[in-house]
Amino acid sequence: MSRLAEVFARARAQGRCACVPFLVAGDPDQATSLAIVQAMGAAGADLLEIGVPYSDPLADGPSIVAASQRALDHGATMASVLELVAKSPIPAILFTYANPVIQYGIERLAQELAAAGGYGAIIPDLPLEETQEIAKVFARYGLELPLLVAPTTPPERAQRIVAESQGFVYLVARLGVTGAGVHLHTASIATQIATLRSYTNLPIAVGFGISKPEHVAAISEIADGAIIGSAFIDAYCAQSSPVAAAREFIATMVASTQRA
Amino acid sequence: MKPDQYGYFGEFGGRFVPEVLVEALQQVEHGFAQAAADESFWGEYRAALRDFVGRPSPLLVAERFADPAGARIVLKREDLNHTGAHKINNTIGQGLLAVRMGKKKIIAETGAGQHGVATATIGARLGLDVTIFMGARDIERQAPNVRIMELLGARVQPVTSGTQTLKDATNEAFRYWTGHVEDTFYVIGSVVGAHPYPYMVREFQRVIGDEARTQMLERFGTLPVDLIACVGGGSNAIGLFTAFLDDASVRIWGIEAGGEGLESGKTAASIEAGSVGILHGSRSYVMQTPQGQILETHSISAGLDYPGIGPEHAYLHATGRVTYRAITDAQALVAYHRLAESEGIIPAVESAHALAAAYEIAKNGTPDQYVLVNLSGRGDKDIAQVASYEAELLARAES
Repeated sequence: MSRLAEVFARARAQGRCACVPFLVAGDPDQATSLAIVQAMGAAGADLLEIGVPYSDPLADGPSIVAASQRALDHGATMASVLELVAKSPIPAILFTYANPVIQYGIERLAQELAAAGGYGAIIPDLPLEETQEIAKVFARYGLELPLLVAPTTPPERAQRIVAESQGFVYLVARLGVTGAGVHLHTASIATQIATLRSYTNLPIAVGFGISKPEHVAAISEIADGAIIGSAFIDAYCAQSSPVAAAREFIATMVASTQRA
Repeated sequence: MKPDQYGYFGEFGGRFVPEVLVEALQQVEHGFAQAAADESFWGEYRAALRDFVGRPSPLLVAERFADPAGARIVLKREDLNHTGAHKINNTIGQGLLAVRMGKKKIIAETGAGQHGVATATIGARLGLDVTIFMGARDIERQAPNVRIMELLGARVQPVTSGTQTLKDATNEAFRYWTGHVEDTFYVIGSVVGAHPYPYMVREFQRVIGDEARTQMLERFGTLPVDLIACVGGGSNAIGLFTAFLDDASVRIWGIEAGGEGLESGKTAASIEAGSVGILHGSRSYVMQTPQGQILETHSISAGLDYPGIGPEHAYLHATGRVTYRAITDAQALVAYHRLAESEGIIPAVESAHALAAAYEIAKNGTPDQYVLVNLSGRGDKDIAQVASYEAELLARAES
């Protein structure tokens, strides 16, 4: 079984969905970011998405754009990102735009990511047609490349995407960029998940707009994982003790992953 | 040439966008393919170019601008188009396509404001709802164009992320589009972005070269020996070059914005000072750090001040068909003044880069030869910017 799929299987065996926090590496600075990463084990998170800060994050809304800028202002590099992966107490996966990967070198990144114990990478601006080159290199290092399905993806295309996706399928919950949401349209997400389940046995994790315990509770009933990014960053970035705030926020979310 | 089915010109181009946009881009691709195969669509497009824009734009021999011992310099007068530049050729095409595809809302990015004005103009003409994304810093620098867009009924949305200039305005337009793909058409202003935009925008701009080639043969009985255009994203250049690519005798030059010099770190010359990377959905030459972070660029010309270049230019550079060279701010300003004083035409400071190169290249020719330059826009918009830049240079020289 794939290492990523195992993470979701363990949560499922406990009667809950996996809790997947996302943070931008090096935000607001490397030391704080490292302490937050290390707190994720005690908070009970299952998988950590570690974002590589990028100057032009097309898929991201204001919270993650600002976090990326803070990290870059504090000198974050691919090496400092990989340090967080290596020190994560829980399974970790990179979230990175394609250009930093290509400039760093696909082979070099794959080698160093695998050596750091990373599970793979999510590359939001690498749609199905562009994944081959990276997927081929990643496979040699035992790294996985989960792909994204969006609300605008037609069924025929979704079928081809999930066939190529590795570890799990990242379902984008709504149109637009990342950002904390007020309402989650659970019914339409459930419909989309049902369609995806008819194509694949891979776990399905849902992201974009998941920001409250009740969102996570709703997702736990229909999906295998809840990805929480902007709301998580919003919860700690302006706090006087960001590490405690981060741990507390995720612990609350984890408590909501238990299925009724 | 047409890009391949994935939108590649050789190894450049492609579609590096979030999955949510893939379906929208496929709709644009199919919509454009259908329109392009429909003669009535091109009939509408040509009628609008004739009656609304004033095409065909004439050729003018710049007698006094050129060195009399060298080749004759011929200007393609895109500056005479309605709204003062080549940008409107493209916005008419995309505007008509949006209407044909049933989209009632259009969005666009703008740097100096020229593409924003051209989009707002066609939006008014076609009765579309228009939102223009513009960096907060550019809004400050280009207040008259903001006012013009608003007069035309467009909303100007300030962008405060990143460098607050064209690059970030483009990011924000893409982000907005991911949330509104169902009722909104994104009118990209140059031969950049994800497939099919570099190809589609070229098809709407190639009228420049199609006209110019016919005009050269009719008027002078010969083709130019040199063909020259400035390149930021590169739409006026691709527009001029396309008709001449198979004419092996024609040397073609793309002129990048050198800023304060290629080695100065203050430049926008993506081919000469950048490296291959991904920006705004396609693989091409990009100004970036070794870590792949996109750099802030510099040019006196806001229209060329962009850290990327269209993928077809990267391809034409790789094949060697087009030679890319940089002209600095200072060289462009000399040509800006020279055209104004010798011909009575104030060029856009973008076009002044092409004129500066043309002057040097034509000097090496003979009076029976022709150098054809795209005068891509007029320069009234630049008067204040040029004056303050020159005052700054003067102050620097005196200190």
